[in-house]
Amino acid sequence: MIDKDIRKVVILGSGALKIGEAGEFDYSGSQALKALREEGIETVLINPNIATVQTSEGVADKVYFLPVTPYFVEKVIAREKPDGIILSFGGQTALNCGVELFKAGTLDKYELRVLGTPVQSIIDTEDRELFVERLDEIGVKTIRSVAAESLEDALKAAEEVGYPVIVRAAYALGGLGSGFCDNREELTATVTKAFSFSPQVLIEKSLKGWKEIEYEVVRDRYDNCITVCNMENFDPLGIHTGESIVVAPSQTLTNDEFHFLRKIAIDIVRHIGIVGECNVQYAFSPDGEDYRVIEVNARLSRSSALASKATGYPLAFVAAKLGLGYGLFELKNSVTRTTPAFFEPALDYVVCKIPRWDLGKFRRVSREIGSSMKSVGEIMAIGRTFEEAIQKGLRMIGQGANGFVCNKPYSGGELDDALKIPTDTRIFAIAAALESGYSVERIHELTHIDRWFLDKLNNIEQVYRDLEKFKGLDSLAKDVLKHAKRLGFSDIQIARVLGCSEAELRSRRESFGLRPRVKQIDTLAAEFPSSTNYLYLTYNGDSDDIVWERGEAEKTVIVLGSGAYRIGSSVEFDWCGVNAIQTLRENGYKAVMINYNPETVSTDYDICDRLYFDELSYETVMDICTLERPYGVIVSVGGQIPNNLALPLMKSGVHILGTSATDIDRAEDRNKFSSVVDKLGIDQPRWSELTTLDDVDKFVDEVGFPVLVRPSYVLSGAAMNVCFNKDELAKFLQLAAEVSEDHPVVISSFMQRCKEIEFDAVADNGKVLAYAISEHIEYAGVHSGDATIQFPPQKIYGVTAARIRKTAKALASELNITGPFNIQFLANDNFIKVIECNLRASRSFPFVSKIMKINLIDLATKAMLGMRPEAVEQDAFELEYVGIKASQFSFSRLNLADPVLGVDMVSTGEVGCMGDSFDEALLKSLLSVGYRIPEKTILVSSGNALQKADLLPACQLLDSHGYTIYATGGTCRYLRENGVPALRALWPSEVEENAGKEDGVPAQELIRSKKVELVINIPKNYSQHELSNGYKLRRAAIDFNIPLITNSRLATAFVKAFCRLPLDSIGIKSWEEYGA
Amino acid sequence: MAEMKKAVLVLQNGMRFEGWSFGYEGACDGEVVFSTAMVGYPESLTDPSYSGQILCVSYPLVGNYGIPPRETDENGLSRCFESEKIHIRGLIISYYSETYSHWDAVSSLGDWLKEEKIPAICGVDTRELIKTIREEGAMLGAIIPDGCGHSVSMWKAGEKFPVPDPNLDNQVDIVSCKEIIRYGKGNKKVVLVDCGVKHQIIRCLINRGIEVIRVPWDYDFNTLEWDGLFISNGPGNPELCGKAVEHIRKAMEGDKPIFGICMGNQLLSKAGGARTFKLRYGHRSHNQPVREIGTNRCFITSQNHGFAVDGSSLSDEWEPYFINMNDGTNEGIRHKSKPFFSAQFHPEASSGPVDTEFLFDEFISRL
Repeated sequence: MIDKDIRKVVILGSGALKIGEAGEFDYSGSQALKALREEGIETVLINPNIATVQTSEGVADKVYFLPVTPYFVEKVIAREKPDGIILSFGGQTALNCGVELFKAGTLDKYELRVLGTPVQSIIDTEDRELFVERLDEIGVKTIRSVAAESLEDALKAAEEVGYPVIVRAAYALGGLGSGFCDNREELTATVTKAFSFSPQVLIEKSLKGWKEIEYEVVRDRYDNCITVCNMENFDPLGIHTGESIVVAPSQTLTNDEFHFLRKIAIDIVRHIGIVGECNVQYAFSPDGEDYRVIEVNARLSRSSALASKATGYPLAFVAAKLGLGYGLFELKNSVTRTTPAFFEPALDYVVCKIPRWDLGKFRRVSREIGSSMKSVGEIMAIGRTFEEAIQKGLRMIGQGANGFVCNKPYSGGELDDALKIPTDTRIFAIAAALESGYSVERIHELTHIDRWFLDKLNNIEQVYRDLEKFKGLDSLAKDVLKHAKRLGFSDIQIARVLGCSEAELRSRRESFGLRPRVKQIDTLAAEFPSSTNYLYLTYNGDSDDIVWERGEAEKTVIVLGSGAYRIGSSVEFDWCGVNAIQTLRENGYKAVMINYNPETVSTDYDICDRLYFDELSYETVMDICTLERPYGVIVSVGGQIPNNLALPLMKSGVHILGTSATDIDRAEDRNKFSSVVDKLGIDQPRWSELTTLDDVDKFVDEVGFPVLVRPSYVLSGAAMNVCFNKDELAKFLQLAAEVSEDHPVVISSFMQRCKEIEFDAVADNGKVLAYAISEHIEYAGVHSGDATIQFPPQKIYGVTAARIRKTAKALASELNITGPFNIQFLANDNFIKVIECNLRASRSFPFVSKIMKINLIDLATKAMLGMRPEAVEQDAFELEYVGIKASQFSFSRLNLADPVLGVDMVSTGEVGCMGDSFDEALLKSLLSVGYRIPEKTILVSSGNALQKADLLPACQLLDSHGYTIYATGGTCRYLRENGVPALRALWPSEVEENAGKEDGVPAQELIRSKKVELVINIPKNYSQHELSNGYKLRRAAIDFNIPLITNSRLATAFVKAFCRLPLDSIGIKSWEEYGA
Repeated sequence: MAEMKKAVLVLQNGMRFEGWSFGYEGACDGEVVFSTAMVGYPESLTDPSYSGQILCVSYPLVGNYGIPPRETDENGLSRCFESEKIHIRGLIISYYSETYSHWDAVSSLGDWLKEEKIPAICGVDTRELIKTIREEGAMLGAIIPDGCGHSVSMWKAGEKFPVPDPNLDNQVDIVSCKEIIRYGKGNKKVVLVDCGVKHQIIRCLINRGIEVIRVPWDYDFNTLEWDGLFISNGPGNPELCGKAVEHIRKAMEGDKPIFGICMGNQLLSKAGGARTFKLRYGHRSHNQPVREIGTNRCFITSQNHGFAVDGSSLSDEWEPYFINMNDGTNEGIRHKSKPFFSAQFHPEASSGPVDTEFLFDEFISRL
């Protein structure tokens, strides 16, 4: 029975998406909120992540877009006076915040009950020493580790346990600051860095090559336990589970091994006293039955989200109910609805999770993967063979692969090394190795990946060879095609081998009567009937689990989701998808979702009428359309992946809802769009698509530097760049593999010191219904996904705004837009230029929708359904408050990456906060993404002359507020000349070259010793590739966890804000209170 | 795939599933049942309770970790299996993992099946098959590899299905030991009535310092000297084990502890006057939830049975001990005053979760 004293509960979210903490917590938080609301409990959510579903209307009773830090959480608690608090649904961020509140006595002070796992149990699992002690008490083996609080102790500990060792930082999310060390030198480097995140490091014996196995355990307060799922990592121990390909259930464990580990997991969970959900990770020796417990996570985690999606068991929902005091036997299995939640799912399929990395976006970053996380998203693929699942999955990660085989030639260097040293592309090194005749045994020796997985991959390679024997499509035998499909080959893959088109292969396949079958995920492997709508496609079956009604009364609309989270496309499109689904259902449509991202709410089968957890490829979407026969498909709420399908789907006769596919194409195709813009007399930066270097030179001579350069294909580093002179241009084009007819380079004139303005809107038959104009704080040149955005705009002229509205109206009308769209403008004085136009929802849709409290997706969906919604009267400029969206960077996880901002996006997440003033909103949002207000000392190095001048007022303000400013050479001189006292900081090169000669303190030392609390480093331009002083400084700031700002406009805004507005005068108001 | 022969699975209801043969290339027939366990095929295949049955495994990938060595321990019990041989008549799966990977494996599943002359078919839409069994109940069927000839291959729907029902045979008599076997040393002696006992049950007893006297199912153990009586699991219909029920009834006149598992639960119930009946498609899985009646204690159990006790038919001296949380069927009984109890599920697991092994301790503590 549940505790009736709990009437109001505060729940902590996880803040911005970052590497190691992503969309999974939107999913778990949303589920928890649903579970609480069902009980009539009032819920108060603290989460600055404005793009999430959990911060939408109707999910929590109240939402505070505030930083999840003890200071702000206490303020909310004092104001809301809740009875309980929930810490385990907001990742490590919420857990750490909760532990701090507990230790500071705040929870006691406000007599707050912690629902679910007690804080002491959390501490027992988080503090490594306590953890080992607690597990020792029940004789469970942990990895022998020695705690060290100094480098000296760490070195001694390593001698004791013996190299290789692994270093772990206590209290760090996703393995931050961890690493393997083979010797003293490596250990010294890693440990020094780890100490900047954590006062304590653990030195452990490395168990490289062991299997890594996880169990998801649930316990209720009556001590009933179940393990919902176990999972096995494809990659052996040594690679963080978030970086590894993972399969569920385990594939290589015998019954004894499976249940041996299961029992230990349950023993641990009972001993520690978890109430709710918990994850236990093991190292398991491949040549015996020895094991070590690696880690226990006493909270919902990425793995638990994956386990929920992999099994259909709603872990977060159930955990929330258990936190209220329910027993597992009192809850129902939400899939069958008749059997209880006390059971363990039986799977009759295999699930494969593959991480998505975006390392190519970062300069200088190391491609090696290991014990700390670098991936930004993940996908889950479902099949009835491992081969089927992994091939689907490799397509789903969206990095150009057609599957395991039939890809472009592997270019990752020497194969032995590529196999031995894990990187983000190792799976393709395995493909290349098999192709070039490596044996499974040899690959196993190099990778330590279990032979079972390698054998299965080898099966794929063998089928590829079988297919190669056929000379063309006509000779292709049905049996061979069927077998290939059963092993997950796509039409494109097979077409590529046979030298035909995808369409030809498809019609041949259909002539054989071969199509995928639709199967349900029902938690009980068909043992009990269930009407579940959670579906996937497989070629390993002869029958469908569901029957499609063909009545006219039922209008089905398919919404295409956004796929893997990646830099540039993440939770914001999930919000869009979920909202489109909700509008469809509210208006009597049957809503079908296709998506394959386990970290999302849109792939929660509760959300829609049918969920196809499958590929967003033309092939799969067409297969589903053929079965569903939908009234229409919505392609405009899931970002670029569905947008790209518009034209091919339309050509195959699928009804695309909203703006026509041809008009989408007119906006997408650079040349077509250019003529649209020219026709309407709208200005745009000059650009040209060029195929020879001579033409490049000629064009650049015409438009002048700087120019924005976008090659079709780049070997490494960012895909586009701004070049300021001939040298830089030549260097950058060298990185481009080639410039040719097939691989043109697009060059456009780059406008400096321009404002960038976003126009997000909804139109119906070419008429704008609602819009939001928002303004970047940074000048153009910082990608709109990395920029700090203010809405409503604070500093644009009325004339500019009027021109923007007029231009947007003209474009909407010309492109006959119905649905969501976004235009990006440059503004200089009163003149505007169009730089981009997307006829789909943009990244900022949830932000502007929530700030102005008009749901643009709801409106857009109604327009697309032909419901003719009325235009919104409200003028966004009339808001009496300000919303600011700030970006979250994850540079600390990306070893060696240069933390600069440029024209290519590098942020991994965002927050959006509200304030009664610009300063207030800015402070809240920057504090939410990890900035801290400095108390005493700041280090400034401010770039070129113009940028120095830009920063001067801020430096004067800092000085007048009593801050000590350290500045590097030129900046120091400039500040002193302008009457701002500054202490001299030495560049790394100055320290090396003129040891002792220059008067000053080494800048890196200031950072390392944490003497400075904020680093403002403005790079001179965007294209420096050589190892530079600035890079070392920026990297030091990241590695030693000192807030860093690299943009003078943002730096100025931040400094002004914290100088003018003290922390304690920041208003604590819920979303509902703004504009009320 | 190229080397595999085609095979077909024919069901009593007229359905046919095509696939490939990966076991013994002869035909087999029997009652088709399914299990949703995701691991433990070496244990399941050798579980005598499957005697007379063709097993369909719902988890699609089978054979992954190969087959361990056919070794016996110092007690003459199999080290890795549940009996001396494979007891299923045939195996139905979706995808056969021909290559396997495990340190303890010595052969592939296919080779072992061939060695023991057990046919097997892969490439079957097992989910569809299971749904059919779920809706229509366990039914007779046959696996027929290409060109091996079997009466079913000539059979036309509408005619009598030419496969004898194994439930009409006394399967217990087929699998039970034929003479007394003694295991282990200890102060306490337990008579184990072998209705088709799994080796893990014997291991669970001797590992707790018990001397085990394993007797044939119809042996009158009341003539022996013992401290406790254990009634084992076993295949088929409990109705055919009247002799054992009589012997148990006689033992119940005394006060010495009695513990039964699976078939043991059914026979003890029958001895106590209760009825048994055939479930539509049985419980065969590692995830069956049971609750100890009158408490909040719940357990995930391993199960393998096609018949069940009608809990409402228990006499006043008895009470239900456990109940199945999925379908409410009886999962165990206990005597209100004497130390007699039984479980329908498998506390010895193997394969499956080991959460209820404490029942052995409970039994032994009463000896």
